[in-house]
Amino acid sequence: MGAKVITITSGKGGVGKTTTTANLSIALARLGKRVVAIDADIGLRNLDIVMGLENRIVYDLVDVVEGRCRLPQAMIRHKQFPNLYLIAAAQTRDKTAVSPSDMVALTRKLRPEHDFILIDSPAGIERGFRNAVAPADEVLIVTNPEVSAVRDADRIIGLLEAFNRGPGQLIINRIKPEMVRRGEMLSAKDVTDILSIRIIGIVPEDETVIPSSNSGVPVTMSENSRAGQAFMNIARRLTGENVPFMQLDATGNLFQRIARLFGGNNSET
Amino acid sequence: MITLSPTEEWHTLTEALAARIDEKADFFAGARVTVDFGQRPVPKVEMLSLKALLERRNMILSAVLSESLTTIDAALALDIRTTSSGVPGHEPEESAPIDPEEEGTAGVMLRRTLRSGRTIHSRGHVVVVGDVNPGAVIVATGDIIVWGRLRGTVHAGAEGDESAIVCALDMMPNQLRIAGYIVTSPQVKRRRPQPEVAMIRDNQIVVEAWS
Repeated sequence: MGAKVITITSGKGGVGKTTTTANLSIALARLGKRVVAIDADIGLRNLDIVMGLENRIVYDLVDVVEGRCRLPQAMIRHKQFPNLYLIAAAQTRDKTAVSPSDMVALTRKLRPEHDFILIDSPAGIERGFRNAVAPADEVLIVTNPEVSAVRDADRIIGLLEAFNRGPGQLIINRIKPEMVRRGEMLSAKDVTDILSIRIIGIVPEDETVIPSSNSGVPVTMSENSRAGQAFMNIARRLTGENVPFMQLDATGNLFQRIARLFGGNNSET
Repeated sequence: MITLSPTEEWHTLTEALAARIDEKADFFAGARVTVDFGQRPVPKVEMLSLKALLERRNMILSAVLSESLTTIDAALALDIRTTSSGVPGHEPEESAPIDPEEEGTAGVMLRRTLRSGRTIHSRGHVVVVGDVNPGAVIVATGDIIVWGRLRGTVHAGAEGDESAIVCALDMMPNQLRIAGYIVTSPQVKRRRPQPEVAMIRDNQIVVEAWS
């Protein structure tokens, strides 16, 4: 069997699927795993930019599927992590250029040589989503602590169950502990109350994420980013390690922190 | 609309269907079809094979009519719209008349959480053991009972039965309708969930403790 295929999806757009895919790919590579990241968002390719590999694309996913190149030619090796590859999406085509069975066939070829294959799903519930989840052994659903994102995640979980890929594990991205404490933002518990699936990670809002995505250096590559640390923890959990959830709420006095420790409440993540 | 014989062998049936479609491939291409399985219990694998058979011919299995719960469950698992046999607006042709006094009214029971986007239509009652999440919809001609949290949209007595009720362990529906009446839940931030029942009384929907 070899590699484990993990699809990152969300339903709603803009919640951080691509950021998550890029960071988990790099985090897993840093842990010494052999990783392939595949951008399944054909026509709207982004993963290459966030991973800093845009200018090295020669062949893409559709070229492989349509036989214009051999698979290794479309695998772009990361400069710093020789065990990390990217297969970019085509920019000029649309989702129908690839079928779910193409994705299954592609990952079947990649599995023996690697440990993890991460697939960045497009937003939506149509063909592109079905392409992305078809070969998945495991699905990570990214959501934000917002009602609309949670609603879409719920829909996605329902569809995954219908495709026998469910229920998946949840990543709550861009949470702001301060706003949760003021009752202005859904807490992790509010989210899981609705979705009732397992959380594999909670990523705090972090201003360093956007500039690092823009410059193609994901936050997991640096040591001192809170979000980077959270993604690193998720990667460790994916490898089977038991990593305790990060204490997001580093503010507050000693008494409050101890109270939270024992209260097991929402802001402890 | 395709009606399949409930008694014929499954593979002869699907082969015959495929042959019929292939005869007029141009006519059928792109069609959205409703399949009436009658009383035949169709497990999920068979439903999936039929769906694939249709999809290979550029057709979409858009809805399933059935009197069998196995079939309805298979369709639900594949996210296909379902209706108990008898097209809405028509009387079911040969199904036995239901005597509520003696037999109780037929219903559908679902032991799972209904997530956003899932729609259940039933001629009869609906019982859900699990949550009904926001964005899920249940429409029943009879009562709706939710053994869990009700947060989606429900319509009981959908064909005008004003005696229909809706019960839930935690009643916070997006929208609740009984027959021609409609209410939304009050926006309360923190409340203690308790089992409640909604019904029509004096020409409005009232919700009270379920005891």
